[in-house]
Amino acid sequence: MASRLIQNRQLSEDTWQVATDPTQAPAGANLLISLADWLAQPQAWLDHAGRAGVALQPTDDPVGLQPWLAQLALITVNFPAFTDGRGYSIARLLRERHGYAGQLRAVGDVFKDQLFYLSRVGFDAFLLREGEDAQDAISALDTFTEAYQVSVDRPEPLFRRRLG
Amino acid sequence: MYFYDEIDQRIVDERVAQFRDQTRRYLAGTLSEEDFRPHRLQNGLYIQRHAPMLRVAIPYGVLSSRQLRMLAQIARRYDRGFGHFTTRQNIQFNWPKLEDVPDILADLATVQMHAIQTSGNCIRNTTTDHFAGVAGDEQIDPRPYCELIRQWSTFHPEFAFLPRKFKIAVNGATHDRAATRVHDIGLDLVRDAQGAIGYRVLVGGGLGRTPLIGHVIREFLPEQHLLSYLDAVLRVYNRFGRRDNKYKARIKILVKELTPAKFRAAVEEEWAHLIDGPATLVPEELARIRSRIAVHDYQPSALTLADAAAQRSDDAAFLRWLQRNVIAHKVSGYACVTLSLKSTGVAPGDLGDSGLDAVAELADRYGFGELRVSHEQNLILPDVPVQHLGAVHTAAQALGLAQPNIGLITNIIACPGGDYCSLANARSIPVAQALQERFDNLDYQYDIGELDLNISGCMNACGHHHVGHIGILGVDKHGEEFYQVTIGGAQSATAALGRVIGPSLRQDEVPDAVERMIQRYLSLRDSEVERFVDVVQRLGIEPFKESVYGLKAHSESPAV
Ligand code: SF4
Repeated sequence: MASRLIQNRQLSEDTWQVATDPTQAPAGANLLISLADWLAQPQAWLDHAGRAGVALQPTDDPVGLQPWLAQLALITVNFPAFTDGRGYSIARLLRERHGYAGQLRAVGDVFKDQLFYLSRVGFDAFLLREGEDAQDAISALDTFTEAYQVSVDRPEPLFRRRLG
Repeated sequence: MYFYDEIDQRIVDERVAQFRDQTRRYLAGTLSEEDFRPHRLQNGLYIQRHAPMLRVAIPYGVLSSRQLRMLAQIARRYDRGFGHFTTRQNIQFNWPKLEDVPDILADLATVQMHAIQTSGNCIRNTTTDHFAGVAGDEQIDPRPYCELIRQWSTFHPEFAFLPRKFKIAVNGATHDRAATRVHDIGLDLVRDAQGAIGYRVLVGGGLGRTPLIGHVIREFLPEQHLLSYLDAVLRVYNRFGRRDNKYKARIKILVKELTPAKFRAAVEEEWAHLIDGPATLVPEELARIRSRIAVHDYQPSALTLADAAAQRSDDAAFLRWLQRNVIAHKVSGYACVTLSLKSTGVAPGDLGDSGLDAVAELADRYGFGELRVSHEQNLILPDVPVQHLGAVHTAAQALGLAQPNIGLITNIIACPGGDYCSLANARSIPVAQALQERFDNLDYQYDIGELDLNISGCMNACGHHHVGHIGILGVDKHGEEFYQVTIGGAQSATAALGRVIGPSLRQDEVPDAVERMIQRYLSLRDSEVERFVDVVQRLGIEPFKESVYGLKAHSESPAV
């Protein structure tokens, strides 16, 4: 199957696998773990995984991940429907408030028309839903050349940049 | 109006290209209807009963004659020759073709207009006083703040997919003409004891299915913190507003379920992280926006409206018009003229392409080429020199826009209703027309005095029926059109929600019911200054209920 993962504006292979039990998962692999599973035994996961990532749902509060953010290489945020905008706030909180610097990946009902907004709130990877034209989707990262607000990609709002 | 700079223009142009691509993919079948829908709605495009409907933004109701001419051209070229002004100070076209919409947007962009976020679950067009910048009772000009909010809300990346639509209104005058108490966020511009500008912030007001009056969550927010505070309110709403039931998804429900005190605490906690951050306003930006909002070259004179009346003391039609449709301007020697789009026989808020062009001409000749749209669905010439009022009256008469009915019963607010809107339970326009015919006699209207009559075709309340002194709501009873009547609603500072008088009525019963209530009012008022709504407040709804349903109404339960 063709790759549907966009990282750094390019199609990439997805090297992560979902895991639910550290004793069962292959040691040294890149493991993606739900928030509940992670919070149950964070140290076990850290000891076992090559790299660890956490999968968030729109109802999850990212503040719970704070103690481990520096050790996580990936956080995914699920969009069950693209019209569910909670993930946008989660992304900004992770980036702006909690200082998360690893990969932030949008997954779920993700396609071309969301990519520009998603990239502005701090997502740097996008797992497109099936059936999407990935090259066409990448072009949407450049839909707009300017934007008014404070955002993760441009922390100064336009009105401050206009001064310069 | 605010004049775009190169960046504002580029953003709007890029939006046109984006929508062209989305439309192309939809027509090619690579973007499904389900996925296209929220995107076209965020561009003001509905699929209606007969055809698509395109809602074009008129930011805070201010537009130029050049823009109005473009709207006329669009009505001619892409529609059936007319536009409909809405209660949110926007304009709607009812007959464009879907495949033409990218071209329409491109035409609009050439005059700094767009349809961005005029629908959908996002931050909508900000509204304000239709006399902003010219009203005599204005304390603080709301337009620069509205423009700040327009820019902040345009493609805000975090708040493009909210639980539900989100409406903000700003008021800066003594008399609230922006209805800040019935908006998701209402901002009253105020000064503190030191004279510094700030905002009183109200949250959780709204009409629709669950009409509520907003709660003050901050008595005084200092001027520079506007955007970070809005970010905090919206973030709390985006994260915690209900998404499981669209009828419970507005912020008013969140505020109510949490309680205003807890909602306020959540906002303050969020804001504590954002305060003094990069979204904090800088004085240069307010100065920049002010400099791009046209400041007109007024030539003050000593002429007053009383002088205008004295000069034409034998012209009864002019005097009536002067009394109802003209108010004093804050610059002496000028006046603000309302052109009534509420003539008998015309759907409220509708104007044809030649009318749009003619009004643009009036704005150029008797003003600075600027116009306003009121939420009462009329057009306003904001800067008419007093010595030209006679000429403007004559011109407006020739255009059929001089009905001296502002504030009177025939200045009906009505949504497009079942004739156009696919959400409607019932038609609005025929009811409005029947009432206008019934009360066509001007002497009768003047005798009745001030009365707001508002009609909505369904619970969505686009016609603001809850805040009408008389409100009429279309309801569906076993597949038939019925109308529920409320009385005692009011907008502005004394905002109140009307109460249902009894079982809903058939369409042909509505004019009689209204007339009977009016007759009862005329017999009950203690003087001519006591308005219909005052009598309802003094005596309650009982006498009116009885006038419509007779005495047995007391034992019946109100329907619907
Ligand atoms: S009130 Fe209802 S019928 Fe009227 S325009 Fe709004 S949605 Fe349509």
